[in-house]
Amino acid sequence: MRDDKMTKNHNPVEVEQQEWKKRQLKERMKQMLTIASPIFLLLLWEFLSQTNLLDARFFPPPSEIVSTFYSMAMSGELFNHIGISLYRIIAGFLLGVIPGVVIGLLMGLYSPIRHFISPIVMALMPIPTLALLPIIIILFGIGDFSKVVTIAGSVFFPVVINTTAGVINIDSIYLDVAKNYGASSKDFFVKIAFPGALPVMMEGIQMGQAIALLTIVAAEMMGATSGIGYLIWTSYKAFMLKEMFVGLILISFFGYLFSLLLRALQNKILSWR
Amino acid sequence: MENNTKISIQDMTKVFYKKNSSVTALDHISLNISEGEFVCLVGPSGCGKTTLLRILAGLETTSVGEYKITEGKENRPLQSMVFQERGVIPWLTVEENVAFGLKMRHLPSELIKERTSYYLEKVGLENFSTLYPKELSGGMKQRVSIARAFANDPEILLMDEPFAALDEQNKFILQEELLSIWEETKKTVLFITHSIDEALLLSDRILLMSSQPGRIIKEIKNDLPRPRNIEQIRSDHNTAGHFVDIWKHLQEEVQKSRK
Ligand SMILES: Nc1ncnc2c1ncn2[C@@H]1O[C@H](COP(=O)(O)OP(=O)(O)O)[C@@H](O)[C@H]1O
Ligand SMILES: [Mg+2]
Repeated sequence: MRDDKMTKNHNPVEVEQQEWKKRQLKERMKQMLTIASPIFLLLLWEFLSQTNLLDARFFPPPSEIVSTFYSMAMSGELFNHIGISLYRIIAGFLLGVIPGVVIGLLMGLYSPIRHFISPIVMALMPIPTLALLPIIIILFGIGDFSKVVTIAGSVFFPVVINTTAGVINIDSIYLDVAKNYGASSKDFFVKIAFPGALPVMMEGIQMGQAIALLTIVAAEMMGATSGIGYLIWTSYKAFMLKEMFVGLILISFFGYLFSLLLRALQNKILSWR
Repeated sequence: MENNTKISIQDMTKVFYKKNSSVTALDHISLNISEGEFVCLVGPSGCGKTTLLRILAGLETTSVGEYKITEGKENRPLQSMVFQERGVIPWLTVEENVAFGLKMRHLPSELIKERTSYYLEKVGLENFSTLYPKELSGGMKQRVSIARAFANDPEILLMDEPFAALDEQNKFILQEELLSIWEETKKTVLFITHSIDEALLLSDRILLMSSQPGRIIKEIKNDLPRPRNIEQIRSDHNTAGHFVDIWKHLQEEVQKSRK
């Protein structure tokens, strides 16, 4: 029990205050661990590479990658690649999410639409959009738009499936409430179906965001003349591994940043949960 | 039949049909409820009470037979249901929940505001209006549900065991609040309960239903003067007699349904 404390302190508020401080400390420790883990990984890498336990030709130490990053940033070429890739990711993401949400809501609400569209979705989903890249390039050319379409195609599926599931899983009592209080189709859509499906829909959007990043790199490797994926691929082919790592780390950074942003958005709009 | 009938049901039968099996939930129900009357429907579980209410609420259709709710003032909805507490919509604030019916009817926003705050105050939630339901207790959610129905100002109110999930103390308080709002508005109410005390406390008339298939087999007029309280229910000689009557009836019906 708290034997030791009983001799020291008899004030219950102070005792609980001590406990509370301990819990706070523990929380802060956990946050520290979260921050420490990527730093730890980088330090370990630096160490292994400097001591040649890792072959520095294939795994250049992070400090050198950072200085490569600086010189690439100075020349301005890097921001060009980043800007192009971000544009493709964001445009492709939106072009996949918006139809995914609309079609998902319609599929969830109207079962004839669901029965008609879901076999098509099920049949198309297993095909990796990247495998369709040749066809997409034939249709949309080698320019930006073909990358945007490729990303949109990959993002669409998790969003449409989760949105449909989100609508179907809305507790039927809310449908009864809406019907009993005479909601029009439009009000039902806006006040019940959309917000009710939002939690599951947001999970699909998170997944879509991750897929968008996976897709952009591969798409830019296969048919592009700019972008982070292109940078990674051409650096690799020229055996400029430091430049390649700059590209890889950028992708990792943006993936982390986007999921933080989406998580924050999710916490804000789903505060009712 | 009185001429100020508000709800009239004629020979209503409802069958639920599935492959190879059918359940007769309601069997030739006929009844009339007058304007301003508070009627409680009591019966063993599974006898079709919810089904009857859902038909009147427009959430289910009859198999044969019909019903009519007499229209009153223009622009006033015919009926509103007081749902159980889990019918409070979690992504709307307390205020938005209470305003829900009015918003669905696209009334002018000042009117919505005025009526919403009036009923929020009536149920004592004026300080909670911007909270989401997850922050409310069960009793508070049930108040939201009641306020939502009254704010909609319908011709009749339908309630399906609204207090069944509440603890005794909250139940007493809410029953009293309900009675005080009802006495002010004099709405026609059809209220389902399995609690005999609750029926005796609230109603002008009690309808007893048989076990499945549901029929109305007895009606008891409850003349206990208002305002009432729970002690009267226990001490009033007449009411005590009604209690025993209803209790015996329910026993019999439950026995029957077991055979
Ligand atoms: N949607 C439905 N489909 C099939 N059977 C139903 C449905 N709703 C109710 N029933 C059946 O109808 C009967 C009456 O149910 P209900 O009205 O819920 O009774 P109560 O509210 O009196 O307990 C029960 O036997 C129930 O199983
Ligand atoms: Mg029921």
